[in-house]
Amino acid sequence: MVMVSTQVPRHLNPAVQSGIATAVPGTQIFASPLRYDADWKPHPYLAESWKVSEDGLSCTLNLVKNAKFHDGKPVTSDDVKFSIETIKAHHPFKTMFEPVSSIETPDEHTTVIRLAHPHPALLLCMSGALCPIIPKHVFGDGQDIMNHPANSNPVGSGPFKLTEFKAGEQIVLEKNPDFFIEGRPYLDKIVIRISPDLSTVVLATENGQADFLPWLAESQYITRLQKSDRLGVTDKGYAAVGPINWLAFNTAKAPLDNKAVRQAIGYAIDRNFVTKALLRGIAKAQRSPIIESSPFFNPKMPSYGLDLDKANAMLDEAGHKKGADGMRFKLTIDYIPGGGEQQQGVAQYLKSQLKKAGIDIEVRASPDFPTWAKRISNYDFDLTMDEVYNWGDPVIGVHRTYLSSNIRKGVIWSNTQQYSNPKVDELLNNAAVEKDLEKRKAFYDEFQMIVGDDLPIYWINALPYHTVYDKRLGNVPESIWGSMQSMDEVYWKEKRS
Amino acid sequence: MGSTAYIARRLLYGVILLVGVLVLNFFLIHAAPGDPAETIAGVMGGATAKMLAEIRANYGLDKPLLTQLAIYLGHVAHGDLGMSYYFNQPVIELIAARVGPTILLVLAAQVFAITTGVAMGVFAARKPSGPLSAFITVLSTIGYASPVFWTGIMLIILFASIWPIFPVDGMTSARFAGGYFAYIGDVLYHLALPAFTLAIIFLAQYSRLSRASMIDVLGADYVRTARAKGLSETKVVFKHALRNAVLPIITVAGIQFGNLISGALLVESVFNWPGMGRLAFDSVLRRDYPTLLGILFFAALMVIVANLLTDLSYRFADPRIRTGGR
Repeated sequence: MVMVSTQVPRHLNPAVQSGIATAVPGTQIFASPLRYDADWKPHPYLAESWKVSEDGLSCTLNLVKNAKFHDGKPVTSDDVKFSIETIKAHHPFKTMFEPVSSIETPDEHTTVIRLAHPHPALLLCMSGALCPIIPKHVFGDGQDIMNHPANSNPVGSGPFKLTEFKAGEQIVLEKNPDFFIEGRPYLDKIVIRISPDLSTVVLATENGQADFLPWLAESQYITRLQKSDRLGVTDKGYAAVGPINWLAFNTAKAPLDNKAVRQAIGYAIDRNFVTKALLRGIAKAQRSPIIESSPFFNPKMPSYGLDLDKANAMLDEAGHKKGADGMRFKLTIDYIPGGGEQQQGVAQYLKSQLKKAGIDIEVRASPDFPTWAKRISNYDFDLTMDEVYNWGDPVIGVHRTYLSSNIRKGVIWSNTQQYSNPKVDELLNNAAVEKDLEKRKAFYDEFQMIVGDDLPIYWINALPYHTVYDKRLGNVPESIWGSMQSMDEVYWKEKRS
Repeated sequence: MGSTAYIARRLLYGVILLVGVLVLNFFLIHAAPGDPAETIAGVMGGATAKMLAEIRANYGLDKPLLTQLAIYLGHVAHGDLGMSYYFNQPVIELIAARVGPTILLVLAAQVFAITTGVAMGVFAARKPSGPLSAFITVLSTIGYASPVFWTGIMLIILFASIWPIFPVDGMTSARFAGGYFAYIGDVLYHLALPAFTLAIIFLAQYSRLSRASMIDVLGADYVRTARAKGLSETKVVFKHALRNAVLPIITVAGIQFGNLISGALLVESVFNWPGMGRLAFDSVLRRDYPTLLGILFFAALMVIVANLLTDLSYRFADPRIRTGGR
């Protein structure tokens, strides 16, 4: 199977590198303790069974006995311990294993994870690309793991072995004949062709030079490829990723430090125009910090439907009367360069739309990602378009944006809005340790209502990620992690000519 | 001056120029806002302040700029172009994997542009006011005026989308399986569109230049003499006239080599050709200083070598230069 991608991985070790680029090949090379289906249910993978204790303070993993790394050495509980400790120390998503206080290995195939407090997100954190089990005998040789040569030449226990990694160009994965699930994987080989140019990637798929194109979000290409008889197009397989396109406010800067001004902007924007007109009806509207496909989404969230009269009245009341030129004040809006219609396109729309509420918007371009990141992480902005992922559980991808303890200057995708509400902090901290699902959900429900009212961010749409595939492929990945989980079940229904 | 002394002097100039290129590029690249740690944090979906500090310390980015320059030049002097910030692999390995495809593309385009351009120029010069000459002139002007990335995109639309007869998936097919000759065939098949795109702009220059040069030479006394001797027109044109008319082409071909490499940068990006150009483009966006400096170093090296070879071939083609103009 030939996969095409615009994502350029730095290396292939997801234990110390987050992001789609590493996750897709990484999950084919490395197996994780668990895997998830499309209904958010965990299933056995390297762990044939698991048990979380009554008090929620430990989790026991019973590993399969026949798993081997690609170099023939067995996968043991020591490798699991080493992997979790490595991820805890080096992965950017600190909340995943922060509560882990110790890991015990009573025998070769049993791992007991001890927690400082209950951690309901733990099982999800042990799936997909979040918890690759890496061999201790390779990565534990004393070299700096962040710069370990094996990161680019990894040895895992997943369904495919790496046979070629040409940085920025091509990754070749071949069937692991000793994979611990008998008869899998079905594919003999996966070739991942990398091209930074999206139109080339789309064309290669359209012309049959490629069979599989995941992570496509540009509506013009999606609608174009949907017309092909030969290709299937699905938006399944992205539920856990939870990618949200949003407009962030610098809440520490006047006039955006006033909640009423932020709400007025919310009423001045037509979210449906963005999803239906700008994004050709391909994207789904999103009105919450938690992706609407997540079980934690609160459908009672206010949607801030378009109401220009209300927006104007609120701004008048906030003391921002229109001047002779019909304008109240001026703001800049930034956007992530290279984000295409999701970013620049929406920013341009906001300029013309907010003018109707008397807000003079200057769209400020950044030549490249580092420039944008520097501006936003150093609070040199008024408004910015942004794309941020939920990463499965709110603890991983949502808390970071709203916790006041995560206001960290110079760090992109921290709480760069500088939003602070002690009640929100309390709710999120409670939700992070609550074992009871319903109670946890209640904390998140309340959190969503409060941020919906405070509006440090105006959420616009879920990024319309789609997977395009040759219809002769079967079992196209549609779990919550999609192509960021083992593709051992994917097969050719008929032989390719 | 003897050839050896001449080459030695040119080599010395080349080394000085290379150091100058390194220093200038170093400061230019560091003048851009943002740093590599932020790009790395970007692809990671965010990073903690501690991790950012670690990345900066790891790559020596927390040191003063002049200290960084001194360390870098010291490494280069020992043949070490450093480690890529992004890929964490030796820059020399990244470049080594890509220099071949770039040279293949550049040479293919150069050879095609020179041979076709000169042939077009020669035909046009034989009847300077004829319709063929006018057609070639118009074609050359269009080719020269079209930006190379635009030409590339138009050719892709025509020959990879509307009539999908050429591939756009790099230098070889991802599904390639076959012997050595099949491999060469596959590479040539993938090379056709990008090489043609890159050649077009230079094709125009060579055809215009050789047309002007041939018109000039065909009016010279020795050509009239050759014709008076009763030589065939083919012999007159190709043996007597062309050898003299080709001298300015050699000069321009050398000078254009730098432009050809910068053109290749764009063409590689458009056609997904796995050469240095694409790596350079991505490295700018990622602030991958060592990789970018390494590529610019290699590009400068190639231009210097190409110019040296041009000078030498000029001395070969024109005996007046070889003998010091006596």
